[in-house]
Order: sequence, then C-alpha cells, then structure tokens
Amino acid sequence: MAMQELTYREALRQALADAMTEDNRIVVIGEEVGIYGGAYGVTRGLIDRFGAERLVDTPISEPAIVGAAVGAAMTGLRPVAELMYVDFLGLVLDQLANQAAKIRYMFGGQIGVPLVLRTQGGTGRSAGAQHSQSLEGWVMHTPGLRLAMPATVADAYHLLRHSLTLPDPVVFIEHKALYTRKEAVDLAVPVLPWGRAAIRCAGSDVTLVAYSRMVSVAERAAEALSNEGIEAEVIDLRTLNPLDMETVAKSVIRTGHAVVVSEACLTAGPAAELVARITEECFDFLEDPVLRLAAEDIPVPVSPALEVATIPTVSLIQDTVRRMLNR
Amino acid sequence: MNDRPNMPLPDLYRTMRRIRSFEERVAELYVRNGTAGSMLHLSIGEEGAAAGVCAALRPDDSFTTHHRSHGIFLARGADPNRMMAEIAGKSDGYCRGKGGSMHIADMALGHLGANAIVGGGIPHAVGAGLSYRRLGSGAVSVAFFGDGAMQQGVLYESMNMAALWQLPVLFVCVNNQYGMGTRIDRAAARTDFAERAEVFGLAAMNVDGENVGAVFTAAEALIASARAGRPGFLCVSCFRFYGHGRMDKSPYRSAEEEEAGRRRDPLLTARNALIERGLATTAELDAVDAEIANEMDATIEFAIAAEPPPLSAMFDDVYAPGEVRPEPMRMRLERILACT
Repeated sequence: MAMQELTYREALRQALADAMTEDNRIVVIGEEVGIYGGAYGVTRGLIDRFGAERLVDTPISEPAIVGAAVGAAMTGLRPVAELMYVDFLGLVLDQLANQAAKIRYMFGGQIGVPLVLRTQGGTGRSAGAQHSQSLEGWVMHTPGLRLAMPATVADAYHLLRHSLTLPDPVVFIEHKALYTRKEAVDLAVPVLPWGRAAIRCAGSDVTLVAYSRMVSVAERAAEALSNEGIEAEVIDLRTLNPLDMETVAKSVIRTGHAVVVSEACLTAGPAAELVARITEECFDFLEDPVLRLAAEDIPVPVSPALEVATIPTVSLIQDTVRRMLNR
Repeated sequence: MNDRPNMPLPDLYRTMRRIRSFEERVAELYVRNGTAGSMLHLSIGEEGAAAGVCAALRPDDSFTTHHRSHGIFLARGADPNRMMAEIAGKSDGYCRGKGGSMHIADMALGHLGANAIVGGGIPHAVGAGLSYRRLGSGAVSVAFFGDGAMQQGVLYESMNMAALWQLPVLFVCVNNQYGMGTRIDRAAARTDFAERAEVFGLAAMNVDGENVGAVFTAAEALIASARAGRPGFLCVSCFRFYGHGRMDKSPYRSAEEEEAGRRRDPLLTARNALIERGLATTAELDAVDAEIANEMDATIEFAIAAEPPPLSAMFDDVYAPGEVRPEPMRMRLERILACT
C-alpha cells in the first residue's frame, strides 16, 4: 500500500470494511449504522457493500443492542455494537459491566464475549451535558473490559482492526472532535503492538501523559514549550486497558516530572489513577508532585465560550509545565 | 393432563422428581453449611415449567436463565454432581466454583448462562437468535426469566427486536407469582402477561405450570413457530413453594395462601395422572423416586468432598488465556516496596 490522505472517520470505516471482508462473522449492530451511515458517518456506504444482514439497523434500545451483541458474541458472531454517544453508557452499563465483562470469569473460562462496543465521546461540538462527556473512567473501573482510545488516524485504523481480533470485550471510544482530523498514512506500515503506549514526541524535561484528543493538545503544548527551551515528552497511552505503565514509568524516571492530561472529570477519574500509579512507581525519581490537568468537575455547558474552558488547553499545559519547572 | 399420543409423561415426571429432589438437597447442604453463601433460590413448585419447556428443545438449541434456575438446567440434562459442586463453590463445579448457584452455565449443553440481574440474560437469547439466523444453524434460543422481569425494560426491547427481525427466539416467563416479596398484583396493574407479548407481534400463550403436559405441548408449538421465524412468548404460571432465598421466611404472604399454592403441585399432579392412566403403578413410581433420592444424596457428598479452587485460580479467566492479566495487588505492592 502507499501513503494516502485519510481522515480519522475514513480510517475507522476502512478498518471496519477490511475486517468485515476478512471475517464474515463480523456484524455491526446499532442505531442508524446502516441506511443512515452512522450518526457521525463512520459506517457510511458499508451497507451497500455488506448488506443489511451485517449492518443491522436497530430500534432505539441501547440495553438490548449491547445485550444482543453479548449473546451473538457467545454464539459464533463477532459483533460491533455501536453506541451513538458514550453518554448513553448509563443505559447499557448492566449489559456491559455485569454481563460482557463478567461472563468469562463467572462461567469459569468456558466462553468469552468477543464484542467491540464502538462509541464516541468528548467535547467540541456544543452538544451539551448529555452528549459531551468523557466516561472512560467508568470502563477502566470494570475488570474484564479492554479500552482503546485512538488519538491518531493510523491508530483509529489499527486499534480498531486489532480490537476485532481480540477474544474479550473491547470498548472503543472515538473522539467526536477527531473525526475530521486528516493525516497522510500508510496503513500497511505496522504500528506499535496493542497495549503499548506511543511516545509521540521525545523530551527530557517533563513527561506529558495523554490519550485521545488530549494527545494533540499536549503535542502542541510540547511544540510551544520547545520554543522556550523546555523539552516535553508526550506519551499517547492508546489503550487504557491494558495500561502501559512501563513506557510511562521509564519516561518519568528520566524526566522527573509528570503531568497527566485528560478530558474526563478530575475527581476519581483516569488521571487520578495515572497519578497514583506514577507516584507509587516513580516516587524516588520525582522532583515535583505529579499533576492532573483534567475536565472541571461540572456538567459540560453548551455555550462554546464555556465549553472550551471546561477542558485542558495548550496554554494551560504550557503554563503548568513552566511553573512546575520554575521557568 | 393434556392428551397427546407421544406425550412423554413418564420422562417428564422423572425430570420433575429429579429437580424436586435436587432442590431439597440444596436446602440440606445449606443447613449443613456446605453451600457458598445463602443466595440459593429453590425452584420447588416450578418443575413443570422447567421440565415441559426443556423437553421440547433440540440438542443444538440454547437458553439463558435467571437466578432461580437449577431446575431448568437439570431438565436440560445437567450433571447434578457438578451443579452441587458449583453451588458449594468448588472447583469441580460447572464454573470451577466462580459462578455459584446464580451463574451456572455450560456451553456443551447450550446453557448460555444463569443471571443474577433480573432480565439480564434476556437479550442474550436475542443475540443468539441473530447468530443462528446469520449462520443458518436452525437452532432456537430460549430466554427463561421470572415474573419479576416482566417489569424490566430490557424485556420489551428484546421482545420488540425478536419480533421485528423474526428471530428464532422463545421468551419463557416462569410466573411463580412473586418477585422476591412482591406479588404480581402489587407489581403490575394488568397481570395477563401473554397479552403484553402479543402486542409486540409474538406468538403468545399462557399455560398452567401445574400441568407439565400442557407446558410441553405449548412449548413444542411455540418452539416450532420460533424455528420457522415467528418468535414466541410463553407464560407458565406456578407457585413458588418456599421463600425467595434461604433466609426468607415469607412474612409477606399468609399460611393459607401458601397452602393453596402448594396444592398446585406439578409433581403430584403428574404422578396421579400416570397412575390414573395406568402408565405406572405406585410401586414403580416409588422405585423411581427412591433411585433419584439416592442419586441426589450422592451430590451432597460429592460437593462436600470436592476441592475448593486454588487461590492461584483467582486471577484466571478475567481475560482470555495468553492476554494481559491483572497484576495482583500483593505482587504490585512487593514490586513497589522493593524499590523504595
């Protein structure tokens, strides 16, 4: 294959199409995934290639969508259940957390639930408090679920392809503000293995740990800091379960400083877990407390003027790092 | 009893006796401190539903069940020793002691899992139906649940999907009149459950669970219908002879109500029918009962003698073999403390 310019959305669609071509057990089940083409257009056109039996439009019944995907996954299919917004997780938590996540364990390893729950979250579209959340912490808090959150176009493709080969349930959270992100990629070039974090930008002064859209925010902050003579290392976690603490710890041990950047709410969120782990595992090497830059502990407001201020920004990261390093 | 030439009444009686006898041993094992906990939900009084529906299934059919489902799995052909070992939390159990009474499953017999969330397993049968249609297997999946699940939203989502997509699915409500301590007339304004299913487009029937033959006949028709693409719903009315769990002394219902309910005994009714029709003598049935009692007595000893799972099994099967495993907290502590 050659280099091609692809958006995050197109890469996801390509991943689904390639996987569905290779594995005819894969079916996509969800609201508007077929004729409509997905609320964010990810599955557009797939019904023409694969038919309505494999792009299954459903009624608005999220618990039964995920529950049917669980049953289908236990009986020979490899379903991709699409949850239009991660905010609807509240509707499906029983099927996800009590059923999908626990079936292998409760049943003594007899059977797994190889389903992928594709959804999207995050702010950026003035979608309001019920369509803009970052709820990955709920998933991280549930053993039995894998969790991928791609930040790049290449990862959108490869992490989804890999998710569709795994024996256990995967929650795959896309970011609504990344769908139009464009990159020149060669999909034939392999990326890091599943479960490995990527160092997006090398640096020796401070480690910025991020995932999903916050990776590009951290990258821009690193670029700006570099102009001031501060070299920040940006780590893209790629998957939150498994969580690659090895790559994070190696970096923090070298830099002695760490800032975790997340779009989820601060309190008891993924950033809190990361800070705890970094502190436990790198304490002797830390020159400063590990800091969290996360979303404010408030519902997401609609007004763009407010919405943008609820999450970490390039200048907040820059300023935080400067002060941390007394520069 | 329903009259049908091929009615396997002696077999149905045998199945029901095995269920009754097994459940009595569960109660005994509990008293002997041999069960893992007290969350044991006996299906005594509901044997007609389990035996009648399971006898109408094909070997390649599958089913999901609820928390009160020892009987359903026994009717399907479960090994009572492995069931009792599971109830005792032992490694010889169906789920190696990790599932227990409310989470027994066995893929070999098409048991997609008992469920401790009311209504939780219902959509799994819909998903199985989706698989069977896509894979062209010709199998049917049955969702068993209690009357409590009749008030859960996911049931209606599932019935709608099954009807909409014409899936090979049968919904079976084992209506024992009580969701824990709440009688159906305190949970719903209208308690004709088949009429609810009918409006979704399902082939729906109510049947008296005291009459195992009637259950079998209804299930056979509805399963054939589901296999042909018209999913169904069967409400089997019966009476839960004992409390919700082992700790429940049923203070919410009167002795008179219990007495009347226990007179609706599917086992006794089938026994009388066999004798009346000359299909068996009292002595023959007594011999069957004694043989089953011996078999079930042995399950207690089996469960007590079985080994508990080793501590090392604790971290197995959270994820598939070969995948990244959870790091045990104690190991993690050692690793961190060793560095400080």
